[in-house]
Amino acid sequence: MSSNKKYWKSVEELKESSSIVETHSQKEFVEEIPTDEFLGNKETLESSTTSRRDFLKYVGFSTAAASLAACEGPVMKSIPYVVQPERIVPGVANYYATTMADGFDFSSVLVKTREGRPIKIEQNTMGTTGANARVHASVLSLYDNKRLQRPLANGEVVSWEQFDREVKEKLNNVNGEIVLLTQTFASPSTSKLISEFSQKYGNVRHVVYDTVSEDAALEAFQARYGRRALPSYDFAKAEVIVSIGADFLGDWAGGGYDAAYAKGRIPKNGKMSRHVQFESNFTLSGANADRRVTLTLSQQKAALAALHGYVTGGASTSNLPAHIDDALVKAARQLRKAGSGAVVVTGIPDVDAQALALSINEALGSGVMNTASPRMLRQGNAAAVKQLVADMQAGQVGAILIAGVNPAYSLPFADEFAKGMANVDLKVSFSMKNDETALLSDYVAATPHYLESWGDVEFTTQKFGLMQPTIRPLFDTSQFQDVLLRWTDNNISYADYLKQTWEGAMGAGSWIDALHDGVFEGTSPFTTEVGADQTATSVSFDENAAVRNLSAAQGEGLELELYTSVALGSGNQANNPWLQELPDPITRASWDNYLKISKADAEELGLENEHVSNGALNGSYVNLKVGDAVLERVPVFIQPGQAKGVVSLALGYGKKEGVQKEMQVGVNAYPLYQDFNAHQKVVIEKAAGVHEFACLQLHTTLMGRNDIIKETTLEIFNTKDSHVWNNMPEVSLNHVETPVTSPDVDLWDGFDRSVGHHFKMSIDLNACTGCGACVIACHAENNVPVVGKEEVRKYRDMHWLRIDRYYSSEETFEQDIEKKENMSGLGDSLSQFGEMEIASDNPQVVFQPMLCQHCNHAPCETVCPVAATMHGRQGQNQMIYNRCVGTRYCANNCPYKVRRFNWFLYNKNDEFDYNMNNDLGRMVLNPDVTVRSRGVMEKCSFCIQRTQKTILDAKREGRAIEDGEFQTACSSACDKGAIVFGDVNDESSKIAALSEDDRMYHALEYVGTKPNVMYQTKVRNTSEA
Amino acid sequence: MKKVKYRHSAARIVFFSVSLFFSFNALLLAQEAPQDSPLSTDEADRQETVQGPQESNVEAPTSGGDEAAGKELFNTLCAACHKLDGNSIGPALRGVGDRRDTEWLHSWIKNSQALIASGDEHAVEIFNEFNQVAMPPFPQLSDSDIDNILAYVNAPKAVPQEQQAGTAASGDAAQGGGGVSTDILLGILAFVLLMLLVILYLVNKTLRRFAVASGVELPVKEKRAKPIWKSFVENQFLVIVTAVILVLVGSYFAYGWMMQVGVDKGYQPIQPIHFSHRIHAGDNQIECKFCHSSARVSKTSGIPSLNVCMNCHKSISEVAEATATEEYSKEFYDGEIAKLYDAVGWDVSQQAYTGETEPVKWIRIHNLPDFAYFNHSQHVEVGGIACQTCHGPVEEMEIMYQNAPLTMGWCVNCHRETNVRTAGNEYYEKVHEELSKKYGVEELTVAQMGGIECAKCHY
Repeated sequence: MSSNKKYWKSVEELKESSSIVETHSQKEFVEEIPTDEFLGNKETLESSTTSRRDFLKYVGFSTAAASLAACEGPVMKSIPYVVQPERIVPGVANYYATTMADGFDFSSVLVKTREGRPIKIEQNTMGTTGANARVHASVLSLYDNKRLQRPLANGEVVSWEQFDREVKEKLNNVNGEIVLLTQTFASPSTSKLISEFSQKYGNVRHVVYDTVSEDAALEAFQARYGRRALPSYDFAKAEVIVSIGADFLGDWAGGGYDAAYAKGRIPKNGKMSRHVQFESNFTLSGANADRRVTLTLSQQKAALAALHGYVTGGASTSNLPAHIDDALVKAARQLRKAGSGAVVVTGIPDVDAQALALSINEALGSGVMNTASPRMLRQGNAAAVKQLVADMQAGQVGAILIAGVNPAYSLPFADEFAKGMANVDLKVSFSMKNDETALLSDYVAATPHYLESWGDVEFTTQKFGLMQPTIRPLFDTSQFQDVLLRWTDNNISYADYLKQTWEGAMGAGSWIDALHDGVFEGTSPFTTEVGADQTATSVSFDENAAVRNLSAAQGEGLELELYTSVALGSGNQANNPWLQELPDPITRASWDNYLKISKADAEELGLENEHVSNGALNGSYVNLKVGDAVLERVPVFIQPGQAKGVVSLALGYGKKEGVQKEMQVGVNAYPLYQDFNAHQKVVIEKAAGVHEFACLQLHTTLMGRNDIIKETTLEIFNTKDSHVWNNMPEVSLNHVETPVTSPDVDLWDGFDRSVGHHFKMSIDLNACTGCGACVIACHAENNVPVVGKEEVRKYRDMHWLRIDRYYSSEETFEQDIEKKENMSGLGDSLSQFGEMEIASDNPQVVFQPMLCQHCNHAPCETVCPVAATMHGRQGQNQMIYNRCVGTRYCANNCPYKVRRFNWFLYNKNDEFDYNMNNDLGRMVLNPDVTVRSRGVMEKCSFCIQRTQKTILDAKREGRAIEDGEFQTACSSACDKGAIVFGDVNDESSKIAALSEDDRMYHALEYVGTKPNVMYQTKVRNTSEA
Repeated sequence: MKKVKYRHSAARIVFFSVSLFFSFNALLLAQEAPQDSPLSTDEADRQETVQGPQESNVEAPTSGGDEAAGKELFNTLCAACHKLDGNSIGPALRGVGDRRDTEWLHSWIKNSQALIASGDEHAVEIFNEFNQVAMPPFPQLSDSDIDNILAYVNAPKAVPQEQQAGTAASGDAAQGGGGVSTDILLGILAFVLLMLLVILYLVNKTLRRFAVASGVELPVKEKRAKPIWKSFVENQFLVIVTAVILVLVGSYFAYGWMMQVGVDKGYQPIQPIHFSHRIHAGDNQIECKFCHSSARVSKTSGIPSLNVCMNCHKSISEVAEATATEEYSKEFYDGEIAKLYDAVGWDVSQQAYTGETEPVKWIRIHNLPDFAYFNHSQHVEVGGIACQTCHGPVEEMEIMYQNAPLTMGWCVNCHRETNVRTAGNEYYEKVHEELSKKYGVEELTVAQMGGIECAKCHY
């Protein structure tokens, strides 16, 4: 039914036949539109130059013209030097030897520069300490977007002249003491300079502060040998190594011991070193040990005391659990047997413990430890730092100059330090960043990166390194030493000062030779020690008292061990995306620090780690309480092999100032580092919330699959035929067992690879310690992008080379295999395979660097629809980016899962705001390697740009190539010699010998892919006698 | 399935070849026409102008010396520091005989320092004027040698004569002549064709007349019921075949057009400084790698830095008269050299660097995409390939342009055809021996060496 409602707009409408309504109903607009006025006036219309039609014409033309013009290729400029420096040839790399010394990492390096800009760090094989992952990544810290570019005075940018003038004036009129608070420079010339500075201004105190303290070891060494230093060790000579809580493959005592250690780990003439590790936290050293015993932190002390007793033969009673005691007795027996080849190291932050370790080594007559030429890389004095902060609060300090350290972030009592700073009249900070300490300072001197600086480093009292600039300073910076020279009215530059200091003290070589090599031997031209008590106390060390003290150590409740992670160390390079994305070798988690806890403790506290539906890892949060310090919302990572009763947390994370937002990850553990003691008592309570980890490997066990990793014991290796411990898989061909390498059972036709070069790589699982230097070197060499935490969580990391870490689910891998082989029936396998997915409480560990295996019969090549990946004659599996259309079939078909897909554009993309997104960060890119775009697959290329260069150099010089010339980024970064690369068609080469070695095997041999990457079976020295 | 082989029907092949033939013809004609004639006339010009001054020299008065011998001596001994016109390290020497007497000049040239030491007023004056740069003594010059040099420098400057205009005119005439002759040829051809047509028409007419006369019945063409196009349209088969052919031909050309996108062959941008490779590499025969030295060792050939330019241009601030062409005058070239001085910060009057530099922003001509790796030293030093193989006749280029397409097909073709220069290179010894045995050849091409594998250039 239709309604007869009437809608009306005005009352007028209700009237019948209203004239107004009538007229308006015919009109669209109420008002008169002046069309006639415009169109009717012919004159105006004609005089108007632009008609509507013209307007459209112009719009159309300009649009078309603009789009046509856009079809033009871009005009590229080429700008040569006005005056070309003599040594720079565009396109040819120059190498310079220099030394990294940031107070935590000290290493001799070679720097590769292109057109005057450093792009890569290489090992300096003449140096004493090898380059770890952080040293390799340090080149990116040079191009850090957050660096200070100019000196600041009270937050304002000033010129250096003004800066010098103002500070000098204030220094001259200072009321109170002048304090220099510095990192360990280990630099004789800097020490000399500081003493000159002291003479000029008088009343100067120099306090050396190590962010991560080695105070106990320094005190112990000083007490015994009268010098504030650390013993140096040559682990290559070691036959038996017993470590109690010392991660000597990590950052213990300045680090850099892993290369020598690895030399002793490769079985030679049936012999290799034996390594027993007693520890609480799961460290790299523990992962590489032949025998690892877990114990609590207080038990570590007792264990050391007991070991001392067993070694020196004195009466010994230990209250330790039987299995630990047993391990100690056996270790002591082996130590005694090895004599000069034995060494005991400890990381217990206790003077008694450190002194006891020294006396054990002396008692053993250890030739591994060297006290005559000790290490000078740690000189910090914890007591002096504490005293300084107290003095600052008391207002006794008139001026403080802080160089190379960030106490406002890294001091456990940072709050007190900040209060103390308020009492100081003149606060000057020498810093590369506007960090926490710089923000507290009146004056901030922008300092250069070590690649822009001069310097010298005293590695040991005999071995030195030189630091030289490899690039013109990027910013208006001035290094600490140069500023001090100016403030002491010395008109020479630090470079000249350095040269003068060393005149005559360099031993045989000349200055130029030393600069060329980066290292030299000599004697320090300036021996007065800094920060040390000049009247070296020859405190008589009471061994018995020490043993008594250590044995009495009691542990109640949970203990916390603070450690430094492989990726960030003490946190100096927290703003380095390569390091943030480097997975921890043990946990395989990146972009985080977390509380490592044993499974038993986690269950007790109701803490969880769970795998969520997309395969990522989530974990609970806890609040930590150490003394008065509370750390909230610390994520928990359940770590197999963590000692029950001990939790551990990495230092160096959680930095906020001078760090890009993406990299402000983790929690700052320094407030818990009380009394500079890494061992603390802790109270844990569960906190609300779930933490999202970016962990790259959740399947942790090998499930007894010895076709991925083969390992055996030294005993079997020495006595049995290689078929027993390194057997070739066989398949049945016409009911005859045939080895898989036989051409009869191969799907593919083989090619003749005997002509020309044929590249192969050998990875020795015995020598690989899992340090991650190769991963970073690969990043730098091949322009591998950083993808960020969110993407890593989705397993979209771009690492061309990863280091897989496997745990055993039984106590040893051997038992895993046994268990697997003894399974029978479906029921067994269903239940037992489930068990085998869970790692043991104290598992064996093995590291396997995994990269493209460059299969001669590559599964990826056969499935590519556009032939974007194919095989080269030299053995490389080639990946051609510009041909790839991104089907990802190849990645699906790769049994080793080493292909990486560019899900996004990772350069010049604000969503991925890492080094490739700014002009400064892009300076690190290798100009010889394509920067990949979105939607293409990429993977290890066997560094073809490097092999091609080696070949070209030889061609140009008209000579044959010698063994050792062919290198990849990873093989040259591996100072342990675990990765060897070369031309297998050169019969005399090392790689040819390795390819015939008894230990050689291929990963997943039975798949029949015929990889060009070989692995050398891991051998463990399990002998207990 | 075997039919696949014959997918291209004979007819289409014929059609293609015909169309191809025509298209290429058109292209060839288009290319030939503009290039040939100007170059040849240039050549003629240059020869003429080169001759000009020489002739005038002969006419110039000589003053007791052999000018030709003097010129040679001057160029080897004096030209490093002296110019005829304009100060360099030393003063300009033209007409020096008018300023100083011959005896003074002799003693100065033989040992200027002795003369200065003796306190000679003029000698000290000139020594101080030119920044006290000592002129090396030339005791090896005999008096007659010095006379020869003086004869050369005292010769008055050759006035650019009217002869030049004459040469230009004659050049024009020559060019015009060339034009006329082709026109005439074409005219004759057209005339002959026309005549042929007329003759044919006449013959036909005459024959018809004969036929009519002799009563032969001529076949009368029947008028078609339909026009031919209509029957064509009605024949579906023909229409489809034609459409298919048109589509194929269209896509062939479209493909060809699209393949040239991004190929910048012939790219000839205007550079900030008009640098003439013709003058440097052509006239003066400077070896390419003299300036592009990094081509020997590096992947890039390198654009020479300005200090390299200044090695020569410190003393060459102007071009010779003979260098100027019709298109580019001497003033123009001198202006370009002045641009170099501005960029490098060279003060000509003071003969000193000011330190104010302004790098030259050359426009890059040869651009390979980032994903292709090319190494100059591999080709130039190891392979011994001449620069001109890829860069074309650079020594003739007044303005540099891209000579090769720089496409992958072009690279790969060359790699297939070129033999590797293995002789005398120890690196190749073993691999050459083994590979040549394998392939049964004496010489190996780059491709046989593995030079067309993708990752040799793409990584």
